[in-house]
Amino acid sequence: MKVLRNYLKSLFLLELFRGLSVTGRYLFRKKFTVMYPEEKAPVSPRFRGLHALRRYPNGEERCIACKLCEATCPALAITIEAEPREDGSRRTTRYDIDLFKCIYCGYCQEACPVDAIVETRIYEYHFENRGENIMTKEKLLAVGDKHEAQIAADIEAQAKYR
Amino acid sequence: MTDSTVTIEVDGQALEAKAGTMLIDVTDAAGITLPRFCYHKKLSVAANCRMCLVEVEKVPKPLPACATPVTDGMKVYTRSPKALAAQKGTMEFLLINHPLDCPICDQGGECELQDVAIGYGRDVSRYSEGKRVVADKNIGPLIATDMTRCIHCTRCVRFGEEIAGIRELGATGRGEHMVIGTYIEKSVDSELSGNVIDLCPVGALTSKPFRFNARAWELIQVEGVAPHDSIGSNLNLHLRGNQVMRVHPRDNESINETWISDRDRFSYEGLYSSDRLTTPMIKKSGEWIEVNWEMALEMAAAGLGEIQEQDQVGALLSPTATLEELYLAQKLIRGLGSNSIDSRLRQGDFRLDAGLKQATWLGLKISEIDSLDAALVVGGNLRKEQPILAHRLRKAALAGATIHFITPLQLELNYESRQSISTPAEMVTRLAAVAKAAGAKGSGSLTTLLNSVEVDEFAAAAAEALKGGDGCAVILGAMAQSHPDYSLLYSLAVSLAEACGAKVSVLPEAGNSVGAQLAGAVPHLLPGGKSAQSAGPDALSMLKLPRKGYLLLGVEPGVDFHNPALSQSALQSADTVVALSAYRTPELEACCDILLPMAIFSETSGTYVNAEGVWQRTRGAVKPQGEARPGWKILRVLGNLLNQQGFDYTDPDEIGEELHALCNGASLDNKPVQGLDLEPKLGLDGLQRGGDTPLYASDPLVRRASALQQTKDAGQGVMRLHPKEAERQGLNSAENAVIKQNGYQATLPVALDDAIPEGCVWISTGLRSTSMLGQPFGEVTVEKA
Repeated sequence: MKVLRNYLKSLFLLELFRGLSVTGRYLFRKKFTVMYPEEKAPVSPRFRGLHALRRYPNGEERCIACKLCEATCPALAITIEAEPREDGSRRTTRYDIDLFKCIYCGYCQEACPVDAIVETRIYEYHFENRGENIMTKEKLLAVGDKHEAQIAADIEAQAKYR
Repeated sequence: MTDSTVTIEVDGQALEAKAGTMLIDVTDAAGITLPRFCYHKKLSVAANCRMCLVEVEKVPKPLPACATPVTDGMKVYTRSPKALAAQKGTMEFLLINHPLDCPICDQGGECELQDVAIGYGRDVSRYSEGKRVVADKNIGPLIATDMTRCIHCTRCVRFGEEIAGIRELGATGRGEHMVIGTYIEKSVDSELSGNVIDLCPVGALTSKPFRFNARAWELIQVEGVAPHDSIGSNLNLHLRGNQVMRVHPRDNESINETWISDRDRFSYEGLYSSDRLTTPMIKKSGEWIEVNWEMALEMAAAGLGEIQEQDQVGALLSPTATLEELYLAQKLIRGLGSNSIDSRLRQGDFRLDAGLKQATWLGLKISEIDSLDAALVVGGNLRKEQPILAHRLRKAALAGATIHFITPLQLELNYESRQSISTPAEMVTRLAAVAKAAGAKGSGSLTTLLNSVEVDEFAAAAAEALKGGDGCAVILGAMAQSHPDYSLLYSLAVSLAEACGAKVSVLPEAGNSVGAQLAGAVPHLLPGGKSAQSAGPDALSMLKLPRKGYLLLGVEPGVDFHNPALSQSALQSADTVVALSAYRTPELEACCDILLPMAIFSETSGTYVNAEGVWQRTRGAVKPQGEARPGWKILRVLGNLLNQQGFDYTDPDEIGEELHALCNGASLDNKPVQGLDLEPKLGLDGLQRGGDTPLYASDPLVRRASALQQTKDAGQGVMRLHPKEAERQGLNSAENAVIKQNGYQATLPVALDDAIPEGCVWISTGLRSTSMLGQPFGEVTVEKA
């Protein structure tokens, strides 16, 4: 009985048509292929992309060189050196993130007590030369300055999950 | 208190303890942790933080464990609901005013308040009112303050009163208005002040040179030994990468207890001075050029090997060098047929060497100083020479010891004592008077001297105090050793000690002064501390009759010598001067032909033998900078290049063990052979110069520690004299004076100071500004510039 049923199924290509029906259904549905780079996929405000260092509205850098991000980084991607600035405040003299080492876990952002280091929604970046993978303090601040409005909005949006 | 043992029960665990011991000591010994802030094992009990509250059965309220003596049958609960509630309540009160600025606080990560708050604090603060703010104070270049963080444990205040002996910090105001400060705006100048950084449980007092440089969790801790004073304080070096970031004390009850001096704590800054020598250099027709090691070593070997005459190669070795370096340097020089080896560069008189058959030392254990009954200190400003030793002597004084000083300037002391202040030349007669009062006998000129002096009231009192026997000591300090009549002072001290049954104590100058004698780095002793058949010339005669060649190890002409001006002229007149140095200085460049960069302090492995003869071995903690190499490696290759036998070491331990075997059976003894005929050299007439080496001018490393150099103890290139003497000489303060000494001349500003006896001017050595003058003691003429 079982043998006969299997024979009939294969004779009339029933399984093939069942599979093709799935294909047919998707053929006429709305497409979700994104035509990157002309089109971009939506990005969550909690996306963890390129890093940035932020400033306060008065232009003062937020980072206070507490080194908690360096301590928490599981990939040891962050290197910080600090000393008293001329006005006596605690500041970094070096803040490097090695993007080859970084695993984009977001722990640095979690650890930061002053919301200075953040992972932005930027995911389009590349390196052409050796050494460009090191994000220096200047580069990180520049990213922060350029995208501050977006970063602030994203932090606001994800505040309820933190 | 009685000595009877009582049994108490802590959390159900039965513990035995001596009756009257504080509960916290008993629980600490048993490994039961109690939270605490104000309690410290070396300080008095204040019981003001209330963090160690515990429940004791049949007592209605919780009691502070640090101030509760144990009694028999006591039942203590450290984690009962009542105890925990008390501890948590205390924690909440402490956090009311403590700022939550841990991310910018240097104590973050090693903070006692943070640690205890994890265990006893609440997650969320119930306190929403404003917090107290206290203005920061500038208390000098060593300690940074953030007084808002202070929790008023008063450890720093008690440290000042009980250990440092100067009440520099104190509490003013009450309750919330209580503030720790210096009463008036001033810096904290104690030579032990850095210890308050360790004591402070929070980030109110932190290290200024270390400020914001690293986090506790980034640092690796390795053990080290301080090379500066002869105590050999045990250190923990905190490293980040290949850099020493800071230095902390390592507990050693028999040496430094839990303290270290500021010199040991902050000298690491000198490692990163900008004038470090990082490549071998040679002088070619007056120009310094950088060369490779091979060429520099070959030139050095050729230059030294060329000199064939006996005793014509002189070795001047730093007593802060490691034992291995000192041993190899003397082995190399003795192999060249020269006995001109010395490491006692600041000593002023070597006539005694003929009578010294063994190495001199402290004469007693460092820990025995605490329990001295009486001491006579001759020419020693202990606080500014060996701070930890001075602290121990203060402990003895507080316990009732009678301390007398024979000193060429009035000393600032932090305990009761009597000082006999005289010109340097009169120190000899003052000591002779004490010896006479004690009934000492001498031979030859000593008898004449003893007969000629009159016993005054001071001498009689000092002699009477010293008659206590074994618990008494005659201590010869650094100023006695650089005295031109040191041999005489020494002989008098020995006769005095013999007459009283006291001990003679020679304070070795630096970390390896005793080690240098055991390594044979002195002209009259061979390795193993054995007496040499024929003694070579000493450090002073090596310069008075200049040699053809010199080997310098870790010393700097002009600042490391008894006679600064002579050291420079003698070295300049030599044919070949090879210097192993960690630094480049204008003086070295003027005197030397070959500069070999040497590793220093934490960069090299080595042994230090401290004042009481304890061998302490350390490991190199960081890599030497640039091309610099450990001294023992440089000397080993020099030995090979000069075709000497026994220079095939691969490890510094081999050198140390070789010397240790040689030292088997060697003893330290301060008693010289009698029968030396000594005449006083220093005349009593004319205006006398006195001079010490300031605390922070003692060796190359300290001289480059920038924070220490900003303190008062760094020393100033000034001429200090008594106001009356200034009037007699027609000088006013803030003027310049021209000082002439044995054909040397210098112009220095005048400072009035009534600590200096009349008939005397005080000019410190060890400073570049006074290095054109001669020896620290001698006749000078002074006139207005």
